[in-house]
Amino acid sequence: MLKSTGIAAQKDWEGKLPEADRRKAGPYVVIECYQEIPCNPCEGACPNKAVCIGEDINAIPQVDYGRCNGCGICIARCPGLAIFVIDEGFAPGYGKVLIPWEFLPVPDKGDVVTAVGRDGKELCQAEVVEVRRARNQDRTVVIGLKVPVDMVNLVRGIKLGGEDNAR
Amino acid sequence: MVTTQLLVVGGGPGGLAAANAAASLGIEVLLVDEGLQLGGQLVKQTHKFFGSREHHAGVRGIDIPDLLMQHQGKITVLSNTAVIGCYEDKVLTAVTGEDKYFKIRPEAVVFATGASEKFLAFPGNDLPGVYGAGAVQTLMNQYGVLPGKSVLMVGAGNIGIIVSYQLLQAGIPVRAVVEAAPNIGAYLVHASKIARAGVPILTRHTIVEASGTNAVESAVIARLDDDWQVIPGSEREIEVDVVCLAVGLSPVLDLLRQVGCKTKYVPELGGEVPLRDSQLKTSIDWIFVAGDAAGVEEASAAMVEGRLAGAAAAAQLGADKGEAANVCAQCQASLDALRRGPVGAKIRAGIAKLEGDAANA
Amino acid sequence: MSRISEHPILQFEEKPVITFTFEGRKLEGRQGDTIASALHANGVKVLSHSRHHNRPRGFFCAIGKCSSCLMTVNGKANVRTCVEPLVEGMDVRRQPATGGELKW
Repeated sequence: MLKSTGIAAQKDWEGKLPEADRRKAGPYVVIECYQEIPCNPCEGACPNKAVCIGEDINAIPQVDYGRCNGCGICIARCPGLAIFVIDEGFAPGYGKVLIPWEFLPVPDKGDVVTAVGRDGKELCQAEVVEVRRARNQDRTVVIGLKVPVDMVNLVRGIKLGGEDNAR
Repeated sequence: MVTTQLLVVGGGPGGLAAANAAASLGIEVLLVDEGLQLGGQLVKQTHKFFGSREHHAGVRGIDIPDLLMQHQGKITVLSNTAVIGCYEDKVLTAVTGEDKYFKIRPEAVVFATGASEKFLAFPGNDLPGVYGAGAVQTLMNQYGVLPGKSVLMVGAGNIGIIVSYQLLQAGIPVRAVVEAAPNIGAYLVHASKIARAGVPILTRHTIVEASGTNAVESAVIARLDDDWQVIPGSEREIEVDVVCLAVGLSPVLDLLRQVGCKTKYVPELGGEVPLRDSQLKTSIDWIFVAGDAAGVEEASAAMVEGRLAGAAAAAQLGADKGEAANVCAQCQASLDALRRGPVGAKIRAGIAKLEGDAANA
Repeated sequence: MSRISEHPILQFEEKPVITFTFEGRKLEGRQGDTIASALHANGVKVLSHSRHHNRPRGFFCAIGKCSSCLMTVNGKANVRTCVEPLVEGMDVRRQPATGGELKW
């Protein structure tokens, strides 16, 4: 399915999540990288050395969740924009999803946007609670979305304005 | 007659890296490029590159040419200049602009002439509005002109998927990406980026027809069966004014052929490719190749190949042998790293077919 | 057609206007344009017509390889408009596929 549509199935992405205990303990990274391609910037991006690729740059990144504190620095460093950070304890009943964003317009903090899934289909409304545009992100904006906690691992993008793709 | 130690033909990722490597080893380099601006296809790539730090991973393609021009040596650059002939006596002919013709006599040449886009046969494929993916990138990312209002992308390899993403960045909707093969050829992370932007990627689909009076107004797509035949009744018309073809690339070999470099048909590398050894020397002693001209691959590999060919040529031209050998060894390790995974299998198979032949050539 | 005014990654500054004529009609391009990009920005997609069937032709490759964009510029036939920089006052015209001089 992923190979023919570009859309990861639940069984694919579930394998990328940490154990249930860790998910409740604080923000965590989800690296939705399923294919062995020659790429390793995520490994060097992590200040806590939580991401390991190793000698063969084609290897799929492995996360040491004991080291990952969900800081999100790796999000904008992934050339494939495949890294997300989830905080399931953001607010009662709500979690936060950090996503990479390279389209216009860039929403402002406080805006309410339509959150979409891996297939681009609308899932729910989400409040933009954070917009990171640090210089070292090199024009990849990182947006924090407040979503119902049962949606944190379904929401992976936003839809803005009009009815056309991403606009 | 212009003389130089090393002539590099083509100022894309391969040529820039070759010029840089040779100049850094103390060789005098003349870099000739057809475009008005150096960088080849790099200047149109808005995404961050893959690979590792040595391949400029994480840097956007548009920012890489500047990095490749940082060197200590001597490089003379001639832009807006096309090399149009290459002869056995090491004389090449070139033209700047439309009418300034001259000759170049180098001691060695690196051809980094890139690749040209393949075409696809379907009714209406000659209509204005049917563009190569490279043309769409050029128009949009180099000149800032929108190619149209809505797009059908044909081909789900890296180029088709990346250009789809670039179209979305420019604000143009992509109605669908059709791909005749059963699976997406692009890196899946790229595909996922456009999937979550709502673009359907339709594998086992093709374009049947484009139609319009003076330019494309619509296109018909259809599903394919396992024998690659259109399934009757599956045709669907979509309203688009741009059909973008991203159906593969072929190495540009005109000059290599003219001078008599041996070539071989290797489908894994894009078609007819020059025979070359592991240091990218062709069947002719003073001619090296790099980048897509040596076999169609990613730009990251083109940069490493350029550096390898530049260093290998430099060694032949009298640069410090130890130093040049070091650079070559680093480059070979770096190419191995890029190619050793499953996505490199096709390239490895293609190169294996070539290098044996070159050794016996 | 139009130009990209804002982009998440690239910067397109407003550049000085260059005026030229297309089939005698006055049009505006921008500094840095090629003839074909300026025409495209003005909505002109048909650059010539084919020799036998008079089919419309636009550009295909945009890098000077495919010959689909050949036009007559300042009286000179077969100029590759996709790579030829636009210059103030240029007279750009459509041509038959052969450039108009040959008789078949």
